[in-house]
Amino acid sequence: MFLSNSWQWVGLGWISMAAVAPVQAQDAQSLRLSSLAATCANCHGTGGRSIDDAAVPGLAGMPASYAVDQMKAFKSGARPATVMHQIAKGYSDVQIEQIAVYFAAQKK
Amino acid sequence: MTLDSRRRELLKLASATGGLATLGLSGCASGPGAIPDKARVLVVGGGYGGATAAKYLRLFSEQKIDVVLIEPGEAFVSCPLSNLVLGGSRQLGDLTVPYASLTRAHGITVVRDTVASIDATQKLAVLSSGASIRYDKLVLSPGIDLMWDSVAGLKAAHTSGRVLQAWKAGPETAALRRQLEAMPDGGVYALAIPEAPYRCPPGPYERACQVASYFKAAKPRSKVLVLDANPDVTSKGGLFKKVWAEQYKGMVEYRPQHKAVAVDASAASGINVLKFEVQDDVQADVLNVLPPMRAGAIAVQTGLANSNARWCGVKYLNFESTVAKDIHVLGDSIQLAPLMPKSAHMANSHAKVAAAAIVAELSGWEINPAPMLTNTCYSFVDDNTVVHVASVHEYVAAEKTFKTVAGAGGLSAAPNELEGRYAWNWARTIWADTLG
Repeated sequence: MFLSNSWQWVGLGWISMAAVAPVQAQDAQSLRLSSLAATCANCHGTGGRSIDDAAVPGLAGMPASYAVDQMKAFKSGARPATVMHQIAKGYSDVQIEQIAVYFAAQKK
Repeated sequence: MTLDSRRRELLKLASATGGLATLGLSGCASGPGAIPDKARVLVVGGGYGGATAAKYLRLFSEQKIDVVLIEPGEAFVSCPLSNLVLGGSRQLGDLTVPYASLTRAHGITVVRDTVASIDATQKLAVLSSGASIRYDKLVLSPGIDLMWDSVAGLKAAHTSGRVLQAWKAGPETAALRRQLEAMPDGGVYALAIPEAPYRCPPGPYERACQVASYFKAAKPRSKVLVLDANPDVTSKGGLFKKVWAEQYKGMVEYRPQHKAVAVDASAASGINVLKFEVQDDVQADVLNVLPPMRAGAIAVQTGLANSNARWCGVKYLNFESTVAKDIHVLGDSIQLAPLMPKSAHMANSHAKVAAAAIVAELSGWEINPAPMLTNTCYSFVDDNTVVHVASVHEYVAAEKTFKTVAGAGGLSAAPNELEGRYAWNWARTIWADTLG
């Protein structure tokens, strides 16, 4: 998957600035991030906020470095799973970083 | 719904939007990034696709878009997990979620009605109650319609209540459970499956497991006959066949390439007969026929079902109809991209891509050129044990379609109870994500 030509990936710090928005989108870039992160919401909750007594972790407020490490471990098979190893392989490393930074900025 | 309560809702809608007949795009965009004042998206259908679209249109637009949802049902009833009602471990109430949060938490106007007609040129929808609503964008998520006339005698047998579908979860699901309860031990339950594509590829095979699970406990001499128009099990085939061979040995019989063409449900004995294109007739005490399916009637009627007169072609980047501008079609009613299932999770995923694209368009922004979709689908093979299939889909700009990401996705290694817990977590979470 490739990023749009209209903007460029310039590192986690830049994305971090753009990703402070909650599920709401204030500009085209934060809308894309919200939309990408929303692909996790079906199982992890809207905005990464899990339901009560959830069997899977909420993602809101999860430190980005931890989330990236876990996704990479799912991808490599280092962390076994029922389904996340199959889902994680569908996302590029750049997307995983974007998603991780987005959820780290969400309120629990 | 009483006439009074419908009138109250319409009055509320009128006051919220400044008068029904005159609504529309009255504001002017002040530049890129500005959603016009009173931009309205009308969402038709409050299932997994439509309800999710309504909610995420509000979220993604920071509540700047006025969203009206038209849905005839009093509450949302989940098709996923409804086979557990047939197995007896759950009730419909466990699968029912109110629409109230969409209004309370998100400011969506929910109107309990159906759409009688859509004028794509005037961008106007007329409700069955007679009210008309202008829109800037229409999101159509009507689900599927069952093509009764594809199987001779089926419509009459269904109308009489004797041969049920129970493919749209609701009262019919409970009615089919009652037929199973009334069936004597030693009886035959037969399930006819149409050719793909149909709603929920693994659903019929899960249903066979659920009915077998009930029979095994309560009526062990009974049989489950699976009569499939397809050449083989269309989803999770290895897993289902293993369960039938081991857990339900001698009870479930699978017969591929059985395309049902006629039903005779007139015998006073109560025994129903199913006839096929080629093979011998089958007799069943409880006959459950799933006819071929197509996009919901309003989509067909509006001329959007341009693929075999059954499914609605869409531009996958924003789910806009290939026929009508500013009408976006979601969920089970669309012509599928390769390896895309007609599933609840997929409809929820379509809705988020469409909602983001609509917000971008109304804001004057470029639509995300690289949207993603996920799908996870759990099937219960008994009360607690589950198998899943999962996939991740990326938009491939060169081919203007979604394709599965190579190397991603897959199946359960074997049926297991851990995923039974995850399946319920999936259900409760996606209900909250769709309706909460």
